[in-house]
Amino acid sequence: MIIISNQEIASDIYELTLQGELACLIKEAGQFINILISDKLFLRRPFSICAVNKSQKQLAILYQVVGEGTKILASKKAGDKIDVFGPLGKGFPLIDNVQEVLLVGGGIGVAPLYELAKQLHKRNVKVNTVLGFASKAKVVYESEFQRYGEVYIATIDGSYGFRGNVIELIETKKISFKLIYSCGPKAMLKALQEKYQHIKGYVSIEERMACGIGACYGCSCKPKDMSLPNFRVCKDGPVFELNEVII
Amino acid sequence: MLKLKLPGLNLKNPIIPASGCFGFGKEFSELYDLNILGALTTKAVTKLERNGNPTPRIAETDRGMLNSIGLQNPGVDNVIKNELSWLKKFKLPIIVNVAGSSIEEYVEVSKLIAKSNLVNALELNISCPNVKDGGIIFGTEAKIAYNLTKAVREKVDLPLYVKLSPNVSNIIEIAKAVELAGADGISLINTLIGMRLDLKTGKPVLANKIGGLSGPAIKPIAIKMVYEVYQNVDIPIIGMGGIQNAADVLEFMYAGASAVGIGSANFINPYICPEIIAELPQLLKDYGFNDIKEVIGYAHK
Repeated sequence: MIIISNQEIASDIYELTLQGELACLIKEAGQFINILISDKLFLRRPFSICAVNKSQKQLAILYQVVGEGTKILASKKAGDKIDVFGPLGKGFPLIDNVQEVLLVGGGIGVAPLYELAKQLHKRNVKVNTVLGFASKAKVVYESEFQRYGEVYIATIDGSYGFRGNVIELIETKKISFKLIYSCGPKAMLKALQEKYQHIKGYVSIEERMACGIGACYGCSCKPKDMSLPNFRVCKDGPVFELNEVII
Repeated sequence: MLKLKLPGLNLKNPIIPASGCFGFGKEFSELYDLNILGALTTKAVTKLERNGNPTPRIAETDRGMLNSIGLQNPGVDNVIKNELSWLKKFKLPIIVNVAGSSIEEYVEVSKLIAKSNLVNALELNISCPNVKDGGIIFGTEAKIAYNLTKAVREKVDLPLYVKLSPNVSNIIEIAKAVELAGADGISLINTLIGMRLDLKTGKPVLANKIGGLSGPAIKPIAIKMVYEVYQNVDIPIIGMGGIQNAADVLEFMYAGASAVGIGSANFINPYICPEIIAELPQLLKDYGFNDIKEVIGYAHK
């Protein structure tokens, strides 16, 4: 695919927009792409798709510079070509006859929720969003989510919005919901799972991957139902029902 | 010009996806027609279902990767019912990789697979570095490798390939032992044991601490072992370890491989096998060969 733009939108957090036929193959919000960032790196890197624009044949991802791969990715310029494989995985299902949902994103995990918010909005679903970040410097996509409903921001250090984590925010603000979609750090997803055992929801989880298509069994995770075989995050997920998987 | 015959295997070409890197073929069948492959080696199969090791199971390295999957598989009964039956529709020799925690388990799994009549050959995995009991312990001592191969040989008529571990002091000794025990071929090499540490936590990246190193980083070691084993046994060798392109295939075959396994390269380029198959005829011509068989052991001529 061709890089349309690659810009830093918060401290060490980038938005990368790519153009190519692949964008037209995306079926669901929550799917991901597997990028070969450089010849110097052996493996591809998986990134959740953040936004899709099929008429322009474009998609966007968000990434945080945390290691060698993302450092190289941040140095790429508009016009550069990049080797992308995908779209891969199962995304967030859209449920009929739902009027209102809650999206809960943590850090860079807000990415797949944005395309989901767009799709839910098209179906006239009210989208309330709770986003948690480490600090003000890491806050992204607040105004983007505001287009589709109410947005609440929590920062751990209290430098912006609510001081605390997303669950404390939900409890304090008494936000009620019947359907939840979430993506973020494992600790956050695990806490959501424990807190909202009886609520319908979906989570996108992250794991180190090799093939991205379900062949290598590298990104395995366990189902709560012990009689079932392991899930493969890349093929059976990355989106799972909130309470079907051990996080 | 790419056709070859190995015990139990009529190969259209020498390209065989290696065990553990291709599942049971389903995922790749969504990308291309599996019938173009030389053969297919399945993921390792054990008697009962295994869940494998905790995650992270994958760590990138310079020019390669570590994995510690830990033989996750649905167990032999499910593999026969759901995977091997499904593979039957392809005109493709199927090699099933067999693993276990005891010689009895290897024999039992091999017998069940042979009885299914769905496969062309077995690959005995006596070299998995990622499980505590079994796997590699059968492949690091010549006497045990001999006993295991012989025990399966006595109960099963299918052609037997034995996949050897490079984590040994004398690969020739092990190769000769499995040949003597009745192996029809040797697969060389499985992964090398390695470790990576996370600089922030100070701990190993893999939950299992150690894993098997694969990728181009191990290719020179694999070439050397194929070269040496070729000089010391009369049974064919399926060479593998870091192959990324048609030139690598040629190098392995020069060293003595009769066919090759393509492993972790499938993860980076899922179309690598068909691409190599397409490139091979021209590469053979470029080096003055008219048939793939001329290349086998060329380094020794």
